[in-house]
Amino acid sequence: MRFELMYESFFKIIEGIPLTLQVVSISTVLGLALAIIVALMRISGKKSMSIPAYYFVYLIRGTPLLLQLYFVYYGLGQFSFIRESILWPILKEPYWCGIITLTISTGAYSSEIIRGGILSVSKNFIEASGALGLNKIKTFLLITLPITVRQALPAYGNELILMVKASSLISIITLMEITGIARTIISKTYAPVEIFLVAGSIYLIINFIIVLAVGLAERKLGTVRAN
Amino acid sequence: MFEVFSFGSSGWGDEMLMGALMTVLVSASSLLLGILIGIIFAACKLSNIFILKIVANTYTTIIRGIPELLVIYLLFFGGSGAVMYIAKIFGYDGYIELNAFTIGTIAVGAISGAYSTEVIRGAVNSVHKGQFEAGKTLGLNGYGLYGRVIFPQVARIALPGIGNVWQITLKDTALISVTGLVEIMRQSRIAAGSTHEPFIFYTAAIILYLVITRLSNILFDKAENTYSKGFVSKGAL
Repeated sequence: MRFELMYESFFKIIEGIPLTLQVVSISTVLGLALAIIVALMRISGKKSMSIPAYYFVYLIRGTPLLLQLYFVYYGLGQFSFIRESILWPILKEPYWCGIITLTISTGAYSSEIIRGGILSVSKNFIEASGALGLNKIKTFLLITLPITVRQALPAYGNELILMVKASSLISIITLMEITGIARTIISKTYAPVEIFLVAGSIYLIINFIIVLAVGLAERKLGTVRAN
Repeated sequence: MFEVFSFGSSGWGDEMLMGALMTVLVSASSLLLGILIGIIFAACKLSNIFILKIVANTYTTIIRGIPELLVIYLLFFGGSGAVMYIAKIFGYDGYIELNAFTIGTIAVGAISGAYSTEVIRGAVNSVHKGQFEAGKTLGLNGYGLYGRVIFPQVARIALPGIGNVWQITLKDTALISVTGLVEIMRQSRIAAGSTHEPFIFYTAAIILYLVITRLSNILFDKAENTYSKGFVSKGAL
């Protein structure tokens, strides 16, 4: 064990934390918006809405994230109409390709969590809210949404951890976040075990903080009797 | 447009299919290794020995909290060194290099094993206590009790969970393309680079993954039906 190397590389690797957190938080927020739209499409009851949503989720959950990343980063740039479009300044940047891919991925996975949460809201609540004279939109915002948030929170916490882990893949398209820096140091020093311990601990600490935060939020929101 | 997928030396059709075969092979061997690891660590978690519990919990926490890519880098760069170190203890001093398939199987197997551990632990826990007691009352122990009474029930309950682990494992094998193993991901990268047609080849890769997922879903459903024979429905015990 080369402790001095571990100490030195620690300070290099933590420089990647801001990028990891940035990419994770931007794609989580965008992905959540996408997930809500997809979930609402799935349970809309209209085939023209639910079928595309179903196949979108199927496609994303059935393929590796790395492949999706390559598809966005290398595959789309092949076409001249994309290279000439106004989106190109965004699509040529690995940073935005990473965010787009992670957004789509978490959007698909989270939509299932949200769908489960919405479906777990008992019909009695909806009927009671109708009896109280609330309209559809108010029922959704005041009754369904708060219960869904509470129901979906534990599973969503897991999804957040998966996002932190998934963000390591953007190192493959040249972004120097935690894993990217760790990988560079490993190839320079050939000390895989030491660097793994340092980078791994940083990820474990980030994920531990997420677990604590989600647990705190769960307690704050209290428990909901779903039926 | 599709001539790039012709077979033989002029196209990439046969290479892509070989890549798909490699993905299936490395996924299957990783899943098997993972189940083996899962059985061992589930036994550790269920045992009353404190140290074993800590070891198993540390393993699953680390794997579930650290990116798969880091685990793969650790084994890719450190795997051969570790094997040589162990060989040295046994008096072998030569150079050992593990091939990409072995390293890939060990890395993805170690990841898959953490998920299998939880699935198997859950399944063993869900077997009713009365089954153990009844088995012992009948004078069964060891293989008779665990192999003939408990295992068939655990297998039935664990099967859907193992099906999920298989999907995760299949997708994780895409990551070992970074170590040079020529599976779907790597093959489509090579083909995309040499033909300058990344869009077509990554689309082909997406289709191959979806086909493998679909086929394996059908197989797992069949297996579930076979193991559920005689059960009316879940919870009808």
